[in-house]
Amino acid sequence: MIVFKLPLTVFILFMGASLWGKTIEVCSSCKVKSIKEGVALATDFDTLLVKKGTYREFNIVIDKPLTLMGEEFPVIDGEDQGEIITITSDNVTVDGLFIINVGTSYTSDYAAIRVVKSKNFLIQNVVLEKLFFGIYLEKSQNGRVYHNNIVGDAVEEFNSGNGIQLWYCQNIEVDQNIVQHVRDGIYLEFSDNITIKNNTSSNNVRYGLHFMFSNDDIYENNHFENNGAGVAVMFSKKIRMLNNVFRKNWGTASFGLLLKEINDAEISGNTFEENTIGINIEGSNRIAYENNGFIKNGWAIKVRGACYTNSFRNNNFLYNSFDISYNSKLNDNVFEKNYWSNYTGYDLDKDGIGDVPYRPVKLFSYIVNRTPETIVLLRSLFMDIIDFSEKVSPVFTPDNLLDAMPLMKKSE
Amino acid sequence: MPLRLYQHKQLMLKILKYSFYDLMRSRWSYVYFLFYLALGFVLLFLNNDLSKAVITLMNVIIVLVPLISTIFGVMYFYNSKEFTELLLAQPLKRSSIFLGQYLGVASSLTMSLIFGLGIPFVLYGLFRSDTIWDFSLLLITGAFLTLIFTALAFNIALSNENKIKGFGYAVLLWLFLAVIYDGLFLLSLIVFEDYPLDSYSLVATMFNPIDLSRTLILLKLDISALLGYTGAVFKSFFGTNLGLLVSIAMLLIWTILPIWRLAYKSKRKDF
Repeated sequence: MIVFKLPLTVFILFMGASLWGKTIEVCSSCKVKSIKEGVALATDFDTLLVKKGTYREFNIVIDKPLTLMGEEFPVIDGEDQGEIITITSDNVTVDGLFIINVGTSYTSDYAAIRVVKSKNFLIQNVVLEKLFFGIYLEKSQNGRVYHNNIVGDAVEEFNSGNGIQLWYCQNIEVDQNIVQHVRDGIYLEFSDNITIKNNTSSNNVRYGLHFMFSNDDIYENNHFENNGAGVAVMFSKKIRMLNNVFRKNWGTASFGLLLKEINDAEISGNTFEENTIGINIEGSNRIAYENNGFIKNGWAIKVRGACYTNSFRNNNFLYNSFDISYNSKLNDNVFEKNYWSNYTGYDLDKDGIGDVPYRPVKLFSYIVNRTPETIVLLRSLFMDIIDFSEKVSPVFTPDNLLDAMPLMKKSE
Repeated sequence: MPLRLYQHKQLMLKILKYSFYDLMRSRWSYVYFLFYLALGFVLLFLNNDLSKAVITLMNVIIVLVPLISTIFGVMYFYNSKEFTELLLAQPLKRSSIFLGQYLGVASSLTMSLIFGLGIPFVLYGLFRSDTIWDFSLLLITGAFLTLIFTALAFNIALSNENKIKGFGYAVLLWLFLAVIYDGLFLLSLIVFEDYPLDSYSLVATMFNPIDLSRTLILLKLDISALLGYTGAVFKSFFGTNLGLLVSIAMLLIWTILPIWRLAYKSKRKDF
């Protein structure tokens, strides 16, 4: 039902605009000189056509179903005074604006565009710069945030805001946005049934994408690069993470993907490349990891404990310094039919599956966990000898932690 | 250039050339060359993937190159002893005799290494892949290790008249630097794990040319893991170009010191 509602309303909205809504032009030489004035004059389902120019306005409240359309990216300059556009009505469209200078406050979260308790909104082709919070969706439903470009100038976590924030939202689609240099690129809290796809989130101070207490969401085909710490998924259920790219998250507390208290998720088709830690897992159960690629990470997967009934199948582990790191002797997770570039076994019966099991946890990774400075001994002959003896007769690593059917060739 | 210095240099080059051609004739450098050639082809054939082959090759280089250089250096020194004594009877500068021999051996070993590994990798499309930097770094460290360990071997041989003793010390030196040193190093890190160890661990790396070369290669291959450690010293060492510069400077010192001792000792030795 909900799925049908969105296109239908958009359709009706367009019909409305062309059939019975009138168009009000806003420009410096027009009759209507400011957007606020335009909103006040407009009746339901009108279109405000904002022409090219600079509008020094803030606290624009859109409290009726309108289409706010920019022509050749008019600039709305908030002059650091506070919030710029607040949408409190259903069926609002914002399209093609260039919004700059959102006010910074430590008591209220000023946003460039805030949507409050509204349904069926569409925010697209908007460019945001010099912002505190970018697009802030609050208790809203059935909306779409499409093809926006958000470039912040965040340096510290405490005085910066998030690019796109969803708080108590449902059925929202976040598609093809570019978010850079803010605190969290995209942040979800208590938001369910959200689709996040084809976005690029890079160079953010904290996370590229951040989930908190949000369930049944899906994110796919996104690109996360060089963020403070990639993507964090915390305290959420049934999240599907498909075909994303996590790259170059380097640093002491950096990872491609952080999972904390996540249950019943699906992680497949993702690429983790050159991160300090590919996936950091803590207290997460019943997760299926399939067809992911882990390439040149420091640690492909770091399991911190309390992780049960997870399965890793058909993943490619290529040239990671450490494939898997465990900090306990207990293992309840299944590794099966993965390709490990460090595998040295053979395949005599030529069925594509190695005849000797592969043990992905090295003794050395335990030593590094205990004494981190020993990392300088990585790849030394002495370590190889120790690792080899551990491989032959496991003492410190979980006995059953092995891939009994390692692939001989990369899985496609 | 003053005449004497010029003569000295000419003489050294002559002896270098002689040692070099001597090695070429003696088949040993071919064996060495063919060994690397075979190794390169087998690695690439088995892995069919340049970046994986580079990683395996790294393990080979930091273990085998020092071993072969040490053994070969000692062997050559003892084998050409009669010829050396003949040269010593001539009015020639001693340092140019020994340095010439040393450079002859070291350069022929280095060339075998570079061509032996270079040819298979180039044939497998090295120039079209992005591993070319990793690979050239690998060859540079390999060359350094050859220079260092040949010089160390010459030093050992020069100080020991007894061949068996000389060989014994040479192998022990290799064993110590390749394996035992790291074992003791690890042990010390674990014993003193309650103390801040980041500066210590970096300094301890500097005192072993094998560890040093390994660090240099780690900087390229495993930088993402190295940056996982919380520590300002590590961060400035591995996160910037400082690590690369310091490692190369230390490798240079490691090369120059044994060569200098070789020249120094050879002047004073009573034959």
